[in-house]
Amino acid sequence: MADVFMPRNEEELAGFLTDAHAGRNPLEICGFRSKREAGRPLNASAVISAAKLSGITLYEPKELVISAKAGTPLYEVEAALAGQNQELAFEPADLCRIYGGDALSASVGAVAAMNISGPRRILRGAARDNMLGLRAVNGEGSPIKSGGRVMKNVTGVDLVRGLSGSWGTLSVFTEVTFKVMPKAPESRTVIFLALSDEAAVGVMSAAMGTPYEVSGTIHLHGELAGRLSDQEIAPARTALTALRLEGAPRSLGSRVERLRRELAPFGGTYELDPQRSKDFWADIRSLSFLSANFDRPLWRIATAPSKAPLIVRALSVFFEVNAAYEWSGGLLWLELPPSSDASATEVRRVLAEFDADSMLMRAPRAVRAGVEVFHPLPFTKMKIVQALKNAFDPAGILNPGRMYEGV
Amino acid sequence: MSQIQMLRADPMVLARRQAIVSALSRAVSQGAVITGDTGLRAFETDALTAYRAVPLAAVLPQTTAEVSRVLKFCNENSIKVVARGAGTSLSGGALPLEDCIVLGLSRMNRVLDVNFADRTATVEAGITNLGISNAVAQARFFYAPDPSSQLACTIGGNIAMNSGGAHCLKYGVTANNVLKLKMVLMDGEIVELGGDYLDGQGYDLLGFAVGSEGQFGVVTEATVRILRQAEAARPLLIGFPSAEAAGGCVAAIVADGLIPVAIEFMDKLAIQVCGDFAKAGYPRDAEAMLIVEVEGSERDIEEQIARVTEIAGRFDPTTIQISQSEEQSAAIWKGRKAAFGAVGRISDFYCMDGVIPLGKQAGVLKQVGKVGEKYGLKILNIFHAGDGNLHPLILYNANDGREKVAAEECGAELLKLCVDAGGCLTGEHGVGIEKRELMRYQYTEADLIQQMRVKAAFDPQWLLNPGKVFPLDLQDRFMAGAQ
Repeated sequence: MADVFMPRNEEELAGFLTDAHAGRNPLEICGFRSKREAGRPLNASAVISAAKLSGITLYEPKELVISAKAGTPLYEVEAALAGQNQELAFEPADLCRIYGGDALSASVGAVAAMNISGPRRILRGAARDNMLGLRAVNGEGSPIKSGGRVMKNVTGVDLVRGLSGSWGTLSVFTEVTFKVMPKAPESRTVIFLALSDEAAVGVMSAAMGTPYEVSGTIHLHGELAGRLSDQEIAPARTALTALRLEGAPRSLGSRVERLRRELAPFGGTYELDPQRSKDFWADIRSLSFLSANFDRPLWRIATAPSKAPLIVRALSVFFEVNAAYEWSGGLLWLELPPSSDASATEVRRVLAEFDADSMLMRAPRAVRAGVEVFHPLPFTKMKIVQALKNAFDPAGILNPGRMYEGV
Repeated sequence: MSQIQMLRADPMVLARRQAIVSALSRAVSQGAVITGDTGLRAFETDALTAYRAVPLAAVLPQTTAEVSRVLKFCNENSIKVVARGAGTSLSGGALPLEDCIVLGLSRMNRVLDVNFADRTATVEAGITNLGISNAVAQARFFYAPDPSSQLACTIGGNIAMNSGGAHCLKYGVTANNVLKLKMVLMDGEIVELGGDYLDGQGYDLLGFAVGSEGQFGVVTEATVRILRQAEAARPLLIGFPSAEAAGGCVAAIVADGLIPVAIEFMDKLAIQVCGDFAKAGYPRDAEAMLIVEVEGSERDIEEQIARVTEIAGRFDPTTIQISQSEEQSAAIWKGRKAAFGAVGRISDFYCMDGVIPLGKQAGVLKQVGKVGEKYGLKILNIFHAGDGNLHPLILYNANDGREKVAAEECGAELLKLCVDAGGCLTGEHGVGIEKRELMRYQYTEADLIQQMRVKAAFDPQWLLNPGKVFPLDLQDRFMAGAQ
């Protein structure tokens, strides 16, 4: 087991990274190590954990802004916000279902480094869209900051968005600042049953094309719907399509009514009351519709919604596919049968026909060591990726190979 | 104004002008290379008109392939390139250099695809911001970011500057509304950043590129999100006896959990100048005024207006006018959106773009007034109060050399005020040449070097829009290989 270094502040981290840079020592970067089994396996001589870079450093509810050190548990931030009736509008998904661990083991640094968003992403933007500022230390041990605590900021190159989703390969985050929003007072959910994938995407896209501000959409194949905790829904194991609206009770009711009226041509619906609706979307946010079997390969596909059913259909020629369509079809979760390459060959062959992005979210370590976990890049883009790696981490010590070989 | 240093032109490049023009003419279709003095005058400046430079030539390509050929040639011959949309930059972002060529995207202005099911539009970079909304308006969709110059400014320029507008409190800025870019790198390679989807996994190249001020590559096409229009929207005008009262009202609205689609602030001078110009019925007796726009269904609107009115009531409003018709709403917004034109009728002005935390408005506004007094200059305040984006307009006489210098110094002091308050130098106009030397006030040298390394990852020879964004001495050091 490699040594774990837990810096207590940015200076300690900078000093450690300066030395590691000089010695070219490869490092694994993490928060609470709950997502170790994500990405390509890597060999590091030491581990840097942000666990002791912890605590909320600024919270101004009236300015809709919160800053926390990178190792602050997400639940701590969410609890502080809830105390003021606010929340992170992008509703970061809980990935425990995929990687194990518990809900207490996600850090705000990981949310930023993996750009983790949840159901409300389609209405309120992704994690990266809600990040206002970032402090980090690059691979040479140099502390850097970008952005700040204000809503609009175009001062210089946008390292905040640029570094979001870089999985600790470009810098080690020390502090993240998020925009926050008032908590939606109430939600209602409209449900359609037994729709085909094509019809479901049709319904979800039509709903997003209405002015009623739909804040969550999902379509689940029957087996996945069967894993939900709602005991009136789960036992039927029927394909389910759900649409969420949020707002103040009075106007919410009339919006739900009009939405149902407009979508009537797609078939009969029923409605979840506010409590069931809340529980339902908590379930979706924690991905409890996914299998917890770690040997079962799980793919994440980002696509234009209208192409999602075509992708699923094309893959279904090769094997049985369990699919969940989030973001009105723009985000596909695919459970495939176990195989030596997690079916990467078939997935990439099918996706070559579409402008889509694929990531192997979960597969046994040996499988992830042998396939491209992140979507393969064309040569010109790979050159930019390598140049960026070199711009932040010239010795290649930060999470080397976690995303791409040699990066 | 003349305080900002311009880059010295390379005489070797100037001497090769004829050869360069001939080569460019072979790379693009006939009539696409502008060389005559009269023709080039149109490209010598942008909306920061105090600075001018006539470029070697302007090239107006019609295809991505042409852009690629031009850049490849310039790269091989070490010729600088400044990309240009409509030339509406207020920070000198599209200001040419004497030894550069201007690459104007205005002829690439087509809508290539609209997909209402997936809610996207793919357009060429030279289309105007409003052109996108117009193309989808019949289906009651729109493109959300709405800079005041939206009639003229191009999506390519919006992407370069990560432009905002009055409605980003709810809908976000350009970076939140762009899915995919077709970008030509300086060596002529064509890359696609992002995709027809939200959030792929992998480096956020799109995130790096949006707001890079034309320094990373030349965007030729963009796929943007289009959104369904709200059922209805309605602005209300609230007059206040003081700027502090208006600032307090903004903070109270936000703290109440209400997020109106826009909150705009105007001070007394702005109320008079803009109100008269647009015949908008602005309350002339008020010291400050807010335009608060709410949207949704008729019922949502009524509920929100009731809450805003109730909150405003706590701040001794002098007037509350709720728009009663489409015409009134249009007039209210006309006064705001035509502010620059209205002010331009009475004086030359220098427009600033700092951002401050929402809670600091009242204090900062007071200081703004004091800074104006110190320089003997009138300052008119208009800003996006919902997101803290200040736009002080410093009035001055452009024919008075000393006053020009004073206006620039006054502007710099105002921006430092914003940084001191916990904000930033620019919220939507970009750094350009204007705020280049102020960057050290907001960032450490290590921060800036990191940004420059990212720039060099895309453009290693530093040929795209040089002399912008970063302090000149740092750029020189960087290019000399010191980093």
